[in-house]
Amino acid sequence: MAVNPPGRATGRTRYILRRLGQALAVLVIVVVLQFFLLHLAPGDIADVIAGEVQASDPQFIAKLRADFGLDQSLLVQLGLFAWHILQLDFGNSHAFNVPVIQIIAERLPATLLLMTTAIGSAFVVGSMLGMAAAMKVGRWPDVVISVLALLFYATPAFLAGIALILIFSVHLNWLPMTGMATTWVTHTSWSYFVDVVKHLVMPMTALSLFYVAIYTRLMRASMLEVMNLDYVRTARAKGLRPLRIMWRHMARNAFLPVFTMLGLQVGSLLGGAILIETVFGWPGIGRLAFEGVFRRDVPLVMGILFLSSVLVLSVSLLIDLLYTKLDPRITMR
Amino acid sequence: MRDVIYRLFRSPAALIGMALLLLVAIMAASASVFYPQGPFNLVGQPLAWPGKLPGLPFGTDSLGRDVVAGILHGSRVSLLIGLAATVAALALGIAIGAPSGYFGGWVDDVLMRITDAFQTIPPFLLAIVIIVIVRPSVATIIFAIAAISWPAVARLVRAEFLKLREAEFVASCRLIGMSDARIIFTQILPNAMAPIVVSASIMVASAILTESALSFLGLGDPNAISWGSMVGMGRSDFRTAWYLVAIPGTAIVLTVLGLNLLGDGLNDALNTRLHRRRAGA
Repeated sequence: MAVNPPGRATGRTRYILRRLGQALAVLVIVVVLQFFLLHLAPGDIADVIAGEVQASDPQFIAKLRADFGLDQSLLVQLGLFAWHILQLDFGNSHAFNVPVIQIIAERLPATLLLMTTAIGSAFVVGSMLGMAAAMKVGRWPDVVISVLALLFYATPAFLAGIALILIFSVHLNWLPMTGMATTWVTHTSWSYFVDVVKHLVMPMTALSLFYVAIYTRLMRASMLEVMNLDYVRTARAKGLRPLRIMWRHMARNAFLPVFTMLGLQVGSLLGGAILIETVFGWPGIGRLAFEGVFRRDVPLVMGILFLSSVLVLSVSLLIDLLYTKLDPRITMR
Repeated sequence: MRDVIYRLFRSPAALIGMALLLLVAIMAASASVFYPQGPFNLVGQPLAWPGKLPGLPFGTDSLGRDVVAGILHGSRVSLLIGLAATVAALALGIAIGAPSGYFGGWVDDVLMRITDAFQTIPPFLLAIVIIVIVRPSVATIIFAIAAISWPAVARLVRAEFLKLREAEFVASCRLIGMSDARIIFTQILPNAMAPIVVSASIMVASAILTESALSFLGLGDPNAISWGSMVGMGRSDFRTAWYLVAIPGTAIVLTVLGLNLLGDGLNDALNTRLHRRRAGA
């Protein structure tokens, strides 16, 4: 076994620094993109505010424009826009009349809860199903699991949500239809927990089905690939029990692509959250974004767009950094 | 090419997929034949269950419109948007991914950071914002879906170009003084087509899913009925008339399923060819 070459540590730091630089560049481009999106919109913030307070006085509108720097050149405006955004100052939400950052902070935990439980359960269930299918490849459990994965993959999340509500709320009356907690009763912390879990089950399931399908297929393919590698054959030849080979030898390597996928999915998960939160009346960022878009609440939408991009970027950065720990070969490229 | 088609027709997944898609294509083609007045025509009492009224096998919606007419005309919207958005995304993805992989260096750095940025903004949210800013219409929806789906193509094309630019046949083209543009379009691109074709069928599927989700939220073209908007409208009556959600929902699932199955079949058929070519080389 070779000792770590002396260049290794600096190689890793260099890689991390380069990734950080890239992430920063991406963030700058995101801000510029947002700025141009804003300018694609007919009318500017001044028009929107003037419309909301029903003012038609041109002097008032001109003053608003000056306040927002809208009378400056495009480049200066971009600079101002970026400066405010980097301070997390998105202005006041028109629809809710409080600072955007405050309302986002209020709604974020609900979405994070929904997203993490959905992706977590998808990861567990999908990996299990994928492993099971790979173990029984070509036989009926594999066929059943593969068909299920195909169906989940083709079902829009909102449709799954409505179907769940129809079955478990309307017909069976087992689970509450909307919201995150029952509001008209006083809760102890335990009963609150149980209540939230009850509300969470359906939206979480509806959001996770698509990802269950992805992880099932990925894990199955990954396991089948690993199955024929030399070291697995060696393990088998040593007479290790099949279950032990599966866990200790195969699953570990098969998990790598699944793990990568996890990092790529934060963005699409947020998109799914918009639909699911709308269907289930879940008080999170997704529904907030949708309301903001419909009420033309530009500061709110821009704030959500920026912060969710930051979230996506941080998770992918985090996964990359974890990867350099898991697999030292990464920095070599 | 012939053996690819042969293998495609021997794969059960691809066959089922193609049969489903053929069905959707027939639906789209026959919409105007059977329902020349379009899907908005009022035909009878509202919320009539399927089969309750003669000539209305799928019943009527909350306004008394024929659900079959909506499904047939909706198939056109889904197919049109799915195909057009995919073509646009492919064009854009190739335009960004090809130079990125071929030239490398700072061109690659700049283009890939732009691609990253588009992948960083949550795609569905970006689509919603674009559509609301430019007003919902079929063209806007196509544009918005293309805008969120090209980055995946760009990455795929870039990876293929990175691999192929080192190939011997490309080196020999360079040696005889062929221009970069010609090498990109006549030499590398045709050889990179296989994975692009496979991803195209999956892209149509996800474009149709995205369209249905947008219409479900009420962001579809107000002048066209699509399967997603039918689910969205049926949602308010879903306790009593769940068929209004189930029928268009099934149409979406089957179409997307068909495209995914075809994609799987294409993947298998093309990959065996690639394996054999590499083994023979």
